[in-house]
Amino acid sequence: MNQYPAWKYLLVILVLVVSTVYALPNLYGEDPALQVTSTRGAEVDMSTQEKVRKLLAEAGIRYQNIGLADGQLLVRFPDTEAQLAAKEVVKKGLGRGYVVALNLAPRTPDWLVSLGAAPMYLGLDLRGGVHFLMEVDVDAAVRQAEERYIGDFRSLLRENKVRYARVTRYSNEDVDSEGLARSGVEIKFKSAAARDQAEELIEREYPDLELKDEDRADGYYLLAGLDDKERREVRKLALKQNITTLRNRVNELGVAEPVIQQQGENRIVVQLPGVQDTARAKEILGATATLEFRLADETHDVEEALRGRVPPGLKLYPKREGGYVLLKNRVMLTGDYIIDASSGIDQQSGGPAVFITLDGKGASIFSKVTGENVKKLMAVVFIENKTETRMVDGKPVKTRYTVEEVINVARIQEQLSKRFQITGLDSTNEAHDLALLLRAGALAAPIEIVEERTIGPSLGQENIDKGFQSVIIGFVLVLLFMAFWYRGFGLVANLALALNLVVIVAVLSMLQATLTLPGIAGIVLTVGMAVDANVLIFERIREELRNGISPQAAINAGYEKAFTTIADANITTLIAAVILFGFGTGPIKGFAITLSIGIITSMFTAIMGTRAVINLVYGGRRIDKLSI
Amino acid sequence: MQLFKSGTNFDFMGKRKLAIAFSAVLLLISVGALLTKGLNFGLDFTGGTLIELGYEHPVDLKEVRGVLEKEGFKEAVVQHFGTASDILIRIAPHEDQSNADISNRVMDLLKAHEDGKIDMRRVEFVGPQVGDELANDGGLAMIYALICILIYVGFRFEYRLAVGSVLALVHDVVITLGVFSLFQLDFDLTVLAAILAVIGYSLNDTIVVFDRIRENFRKMRKGTSEEVINVSLNQTLSRTVITSFTTLLVLAALFVFGGELIHGFATALLVGVLVGTYSSIYVASSSALMLGISKADLMPVVVEKEGAEIDDRP
Repeated sequence: MNQYPAWKYLLVILVLVVSTVYALPNLYGEDPALQVTSTRGAEVDMSTQEKVRKLLAEAGIRYQNIGLADGQLLVRFPDTEAQLAAKEVVKKGLGRGYVVALNLAPRTPDWLVSLGAAPMYLGLDLRGGVHFLMEVDVDAAVRQAEERYIGDFRSLLRENKVRYARVTRYSNEDVDSEGLARSGVEIKFKSAAARDQAEELIEREYPDLELKDEDRADGYYLLAGLDDKERREVRKLALKQNITTLRNRVNELGVAEPVIQQQGENRIVVQLPGVQDTARAKEILGATATLEFRLADETHDVEEALRGRVPPGLKLYPKREGGYVLLKNRVMLTGDYIIDASSGIDQQSGGPAVFITLDGKGASIFSKVTGENVKKLMAVVFIENKTETRMVDGKPVKTRYTVEEVINVARIQEQLSKRFQITGLDSTNEAHDLALLLRAGALAAPIEIVEERTIGPSLGQENIDKGFQSVIIGFVLVLLFMAFWYRGFGLVANLALALNLVVIVAVLSMLQATLTLPGIAGIVLTVGMAVDANVLIFERIREELRNGISPQAAINAGYEKAFTTIADANITTLIAAVILFGFGTGPIKGFAITLSIGIITSMFTAIMGTRAVINLVYGGRRIDKLSI
Repeated sequence: MQLFKSGTNFDFMGKRKLAIAFSAVLLLISVGALLTKGLNFGLDFTGGTLIELGYEHPVDLKEVRGVLEKEGFKEAVVQHFGTASDILIRIAPHEDQSNADISNRVMDLLKAHEDGKIDMRRVEFVGPQVGDELANDGGLAMIYALICILIYVGFRFEYRLAVGSVLALVHDVVITLGVFSLFQLDFDLTVLAAILAVIGYSLNDTIVVFDRIRENFRKMRKGTSEEVINVSLNQTLSRTVITSFTTLLVLAALFVFGGELIHGFATALLVGVLVGTYSSIYVASSSALMLGISKADLMPVVVEKEGAEIDDRP
C-alpha cells in the first residue's frame, strides 16, 4: 500500500528539475549596460560595433563585453559610472539615427539563455520608472473630419451653382448601438429640387458618405455623415497614428524596453522603465506636430550652405534619413488642408505609394501652385513644437522650440489637385511610415495624460528588498510552525512548500509575467495558504488514526478524503483571483497572477509532492507509528 | 502536537444566538461607520496628485506647507511618510489645473527652496475620469465575484449552504470595510484587491466546513441537524485554526516588513482572515441551519452516485 507508480515519481522529479532550471536566472543579478538600436535608415551591425568599440577605447572607458543580438548592440560595464560616461560618448559619436539607452542586462549564463530561461520581468514599482496612461480624443478626429466637409460642400455647391441656405455641423446626444455619438454635416435648402441636385453631386463626389433627406418646417435638409464603419476607421486611425508618434518620441528619450500599447478604444499605455525625469518625458511625449509643403532648391550647393553660406530666400533643412536639403522660404501649403493620407500600391508602376487627399480650399491653392512648378522638386517638412523646462538661476524657465525635418522629397509630375500621390518610395514600410507621419502632422487628435505613476529608483529597490524580506520571513515562520506541529510530516510539507516557491518563480519567469509589489504580496499569501492542503490531509490522517485504522490505511484515507475538499476550496479562491485579473490594472493584475499561479502549483506540490515523499518513506512496509 | 484533545465537542450551534447578536453588533457598527463616515478613498478612486519625496534631513512640514501655500497649492496635504525625512504631499484634483503637470511644478518649487538633494521617490497622478472608472470597475468586480461564487457553491452544494456561504462573505466584507471606515484607513486599489482575496479565503474556510457537514449528514444515522453540524465543526476545528494561524503568520510578516505601500493591503487581509475564520464557524453554518437544512436535503437522488462512491471506500 501507498506506493506510487514510477511515472509519478518521475513527474515530481521532472517538475523539480525543470522549475529549478527556469528559476535559476533570477539568482545571477544584472550588469549596467548600454543598448544601441537604430531608428531608421541606420542599421546596427558589425561596423556599428567596431565604431562603438573605438569610441569607448578613445575615451578610455572600460567595458566587460560587447555583442550584437536581435538587431541591437549591448555593451556591459563593470559599474554605473562607466555606463553613464559611455552613454554620452556613444551618443555623440554615433549621431542621429541611433537610440542609445541605459539598461540593466541580466547576467544569465549562456547555457540558460539557450534554454530560453530568463529572470522574472519586474514591474515599474520594483525597477523604477514612469507609467503614463494617455487618452486620445478620438471624437475630435471625427469632428475634424466632419468640419472639413463643410468647406468642401460649400465650394462644391457654389461651383455647380446649386443654391443653399447654409451648411453647418450638427451633433446630437443620441448614441447609436455602437456607442458612437451621432453627428455630421447638415445643409439647408429652400427647395426640394435644389436638395435633390445637391444630393446627386455629393453622392458622386463623396461616395463614402451616408446621406439622408429630412423635411422640416423651416426648410429642406440634407444630412451627410460618416457611416459607422468609416467613423470607427477614423477613430482607429487617430489612435494608431498617436501610437506611432509616441513610439518615435520615446525613441528620442533613449529608453530600453519601453512599452507603448493600446488599451481599450481610446487609450495608450506608455511605460518607460528607468526614466526619472518625468518633466522631460512629458514634454517630449506631449509635443505637437504640423506639416508644410515647400519647393526644394536644385541650383545651389548644399555643402556650401552647410559651411554657413545659405543663399538668400532659402533655408537648410535636415532630412529624416540623414543629409540635408535646401528649401525655398515660401510655403506652398500647410498640413491643415490635408483630409487624408494613406499608403498603398501605385496602379501604374506597381510600387509603394502614399495617397493624399486635400479639402476644397487646399485643392484650389495647391493646383495653382503646383501648376506653376511642374517638374520641380517638392519637399514635405515635418515640424514638431516642443517645450522644454530648464533651470535658470534656480527658477524653471519654459522655452518653446521647434524641430523641423524633411520627411519626403519628390518631383511634381503634373498639376496636382484634390487627390495626388507620392511615389518612388523604397518600400511599403517607408510608404506606411510616411502616411502615418503625414497624418500625425495634419490630423493629430488631442492627447492627454490621464494617469501617471512614477517610482524612483530608490523606492523601487526598497520595494524589492522589503518584498523579498517578507517572503523569506513569512516562509521561515511557516516552516518552523509546520515542523513543530506535524514533526516528520511537517518536514515533508516544508519540502513541498519550498518546491512550491521554486515553481512559482519558475512559472513567472517562463511566462515573463510582470512581477509587482502586490504580486510579491500574493506570493507571501500563497505561502500561508499553500500549507492548508497539507493541514487538511494531515488532520484527516490523525483523525483516521484516532479511529483506530492502521497507519498505512490512514495515510491513504487522509489523502483520498481530503482531495475533494482541497479542490473545492482552491477553486473558489481561484475564481476570486481570475475576476481580479479581469478587472484589475497593472499592480493588481500582478497580485492576481501570483495568487492564481500559487494556488495551482500548491495543489500539485502539496498533494502529489508530499505523497511522493511520504510513499517513499513509509510505503510498502509494516509501520506501527507515524511521525505526525 | 495537537491543538484540541481528540473528540472535542464544543457546542457551537448552541451558542449561535450569542454569535448572531455579536455579528449583528459588528455589522451595525460597520454599516453605521460606512454611512456616517464613509470610506477614506485613496488617490486611485478620487483622482488627484500624490508625491513622495525623500530629503537628506528631517523635514519641517510647516515650512513645506508654507512654500506650497504661497504658490497657490492651498489644499495640499503634507505629512511624514515612514520616516521624518520622507514626506508625502497630496493634492486634490483642481478644477482649472487638473493635469499631469502639477507634480513637476511642485517638485520644481520645493527644489528651489532646498539646498540639498531631494530624492523623487514616487509620483502618482490619477485623472478624475480614471478614478471614477477604477471605482466602478472595483465595485463590479466585487459583485461579479460574489455572483460567480454563489453559482459555483450552489452547483456544488445545496442552495441553503450556498446562501449561508454568501451571507458569511457579505458579513466578512462589510466588517472589513467597516474597520477601514471606522479608523479612516486609506482605501486604495491594493485594499480592494485584498478584499477580493478575503472573499476567496473566507469561502475557502466555509467550504471545508460544509464539505464535512455534507459528508456527516450522509454518514451519521442519527442526530439532529444541529448535532451533525456541531460534530462537523468540531472535526474541522483544528484545521480551521491552524490554517488561519499560518495565514495570519505570513500576513503579520507582510504587515511588519512589507513597507508602507503594502500596509493597507496587509491590514485588510489580517482583518478579513480573522473575521472570515469566525464567520465560517458561526455565520455560514448558523444561516444554513436557520434556513432549515436537514438530512433529506443532502441525500437526494441526484447525488446518489457520489454517496455510493463514499460508501464503497475501504
